[in-house]
Amino acid sequence: MNPSNGRGVVSSVSSRVSRKSSETVPDQFPVGLRVMVVDDDPTCLMILEKMLRTCKYEVKRCSRAEEALSILRGNSNGYDVVISDVHMPDMDGFKLLEQVGLEMDLPVIMMSADDSKSVVMKGVTHGACDYLIKPVRIEALKNIWQHVVRKRKNEWKEVEQQSGSADDGQPKQSEDGDYSSSVNEGSWRNSKRRKDDDEDGEDRDDTSTLKKPRVVWSVELHQQFVGAVNQLGIDKAVPKKILELMNVPGLTRENVASHLQKYRLYLRRLSGVSQHQNNLGSPFMNPQDPGYGPLSTLNGIDLQTLAATGQLPAQSLATLQAAGLGRAAVAPKSRIPIPVVDQRNLFSFENPKLTFGDTQQQPQHLNNGGKQINLLHGIPTNMEPKQLVNLHHQGNSIPAVQSVHNGSYQPQSRVQQPMGNYNPVSHSSAMINFPLSSSAELRSNIYPLPNNPAKGGFPEDVTSEMKGSTPGFVPSYDIFNELNHQQKVHDWELQNVGLTFNATQQANNSIDVVGTSIVASPHQAFPSSNQGSGLPRNASVVHANNNTNAISMGQHHMSNNNFYHENNPVRVKLETPLFPEQFGQDDLMSALLKQQQGGIVPAENDFDFDGYSIDNIPV
Amino acid sequence: MDRNQSHRQVATMKQSLFDQGYLDHEQFNQLEELQDDANPNFVEEVVTLYYRDSARLVHSIEQALEKSPIDFNKLDSYMHQFRGSSSSIGAKKVKAECSLFREYCRAGNGEGCMRTFQQVKKEYAALRKKLETFFQLARQAGPVDRARRPK
Repeated sequence: MNPSNGRGVVSSVSSRVSRKSSETVPDQFPVGLRVMVVDDDPTCLMILEKMLRTCKYEVKRCSRAEEALSILRGNSNGYDVVISDVHMPDMDGFKLLEQVGLEMDLPVIMMSADDSKSVVMKGVTHGACDYLIKPVRIEALKNIWQHVVRKRKNEWKEVEQQSGSADDGQPKQSEDGDYSSSVNEGSWRNSKRRKDDDEDGEDRDDTSTLKKPRVVWSVELHQQFVGAVNQLGIDKAVPKKILELMNVPGLTRENVASHLQKYRLYLRRLSGVSQHQNNLGSPFMNPQDPGYGPLSTLNGIDLQTLAATGQLPAQSLATLQAAGLGRAAVAPKSRIPIPVVDQRNLFSFENPKLTFGDTQQQPQHLNNGGKQINLLHGIPTNMEPKQLVNLHHQGNSIPAVQSVHNGSYQPQSRVQQPMGNYNPVSHSSAMINFPLSSSAELRSNIYPLPNNPAKGGFPEDVTSEMKGSTPGFVPSYDIFNELNHQQKVHDWELQNVGLTFNATQQANNSIDVVGTSIVASPHQAFPSSNQGSGLPRNASVVHANNNTNAISMGQHHMSNNNFYHENNPVRVKLETPLFPEQFGQDDLMSALLKQQQGGIVPAENDFDFDGYSIDNIPV
Repeated sequence: MDRNQSHRQVATMKQSLFDQGYLDHEQFNQLEELQDDANPNFVEEVVTLYYRDSARLVHSIEQALEKSPIDFNKLDSYMHQFRGSSSSIGAKKVKAECSLFREYCRAGNGEGCMRTFQQVKKEYAALRKKLETFFQLARQAGPVDRARRPK
């Protein structure tokens, strides 16, 4: 063993420091590769750790996924690659995979004794860069460094392309330089690399030596990002502009570029799901941008919503909710301090729900071009909150719109629960779901607030807002909607349908009426499965809550059934495929609302969707 | 020399474990290669850990089998873990019985599961005895002299 590699503890700081300063290590690569290995089986963990140490890597072992995530979050640049088991008791390995990929952009290698094609495929669709069959041989571990290098090179290239296309290559240099301060040393280096040939070589080496510091896409940051993307429109969202809109010091275009790529994948995944579902909902989806199709709606709307809200940190959601609830026109208020936890939950993939739609049902859905969907999914926490926020943010104008939509959806969200239509927000899973379901849910979620007259009080505000702003569909929710749309076009459909239902449903139960499924189907993944179900988005919202409340709200969620509630049993599937995954939105909304209102209206179902839902939604 | 003799004994026993199918020679050799000066008893430590950790799995499976109705999903999940653990130390026969168990599990055949599980436990216990003897011999023979392929 190489003593310098340290046992157990990754002396990332020191190693990083030395690396940063450069370049002294390059030729030793991959010696010192910082690996985080996660496996609940202590025997395997012991063997793996020993093997990795034998390969001269620095190893940190965790037997629980949650533990690994918190370590990774606390030390964003401390690791170069993550190896995780698939079957773990506290969190599904795929969920961890998605979260790590989105938040920290680290290569993740999955491993399992299960070598069935479906599981391996799941790894691929969730973004694993490799899949090892247990028992793992040391030879397999010797080459894992290639994934790190590959990822870096791809990011670098991506950045380059972005800069090229966005025409921000040149100017970036100086900007990057400015930004290099704390966040992105690596990024800075990368961008610089682009500029200077001399540095290029070096930087590349650095990259390969894993020096690039990573940016952690926190919920807030992600919300900002989504907001910016929405504002620009998914088609026009180029890293440079996004970066400008976000205006985050220290963030480089490369960071944004790579994140954007992931976000797109995520949306694509979501839309894929929603597309299936969205057959119905297409009208909804693109109120704004027919061009997008499922995705676009989301993107456009969501983005707008997001944009409107600015960064939608988890708190924004709260704000939104608040807005929805009562403030209707509330501008992104100050970010209600919604328990960050919730938001986090939503986004933080805590809920293995990430699979928003994917996992459960339709992995394909997600992949369908729904860019938007991807947005939701991909964006681990950030997205969701933002979206929710947007949605909620009635104030932002879009939200209002959404409310209109949401009206349709709202039923769902409202139904969901007092939380605030956006249940999705409420639970962390919601967030994740968001991506998939989120889109769908988002839409709904967003609305839920405003529309949820049932919810709780704001309905009045909301509705008004919504109506006004939404072009018919409450674009604000875009995110949700889009998600919904995209992912599940059906969702939307359902939503609207659901909305009507919701009205009747009043409080969680109402949703049940709709599809009954909404509630439960946390996993229902968006796939618009709702299509017919017209389940109110609430379901999705519910989903959001699913994790937290969703399930309880479940009923509400039903409306959003499209949202997949990870937590909720796939009820949604049954009828309202809408929410299965989406619950996120509803949940979020609910969660948000709840937070704000403290339990707003459990009976939101009443939203009065009747009015909105169907009419407003440009189905 | 005694030492040589003991080492030969160790080698012979190991070979017989391979030949009889108790251990998978590739996997076991991998573990042995990980052994070095810093961890001279690595293999023994891993095996000890395996037996300690899998004991609770065995217990869980037994409990699950006693329930009625049997929760096959849970059983399958436990067995999946157990099988994975066993394969990581190269416990060939145990792993094979686990696979058979899972088949019965997937078929929802409670009887088959119970029968197979008895076999699993039998192999599990038999291997443990053999390995205990093996490690005793190995310790007596001394830390050196393990055939190792160049890393």
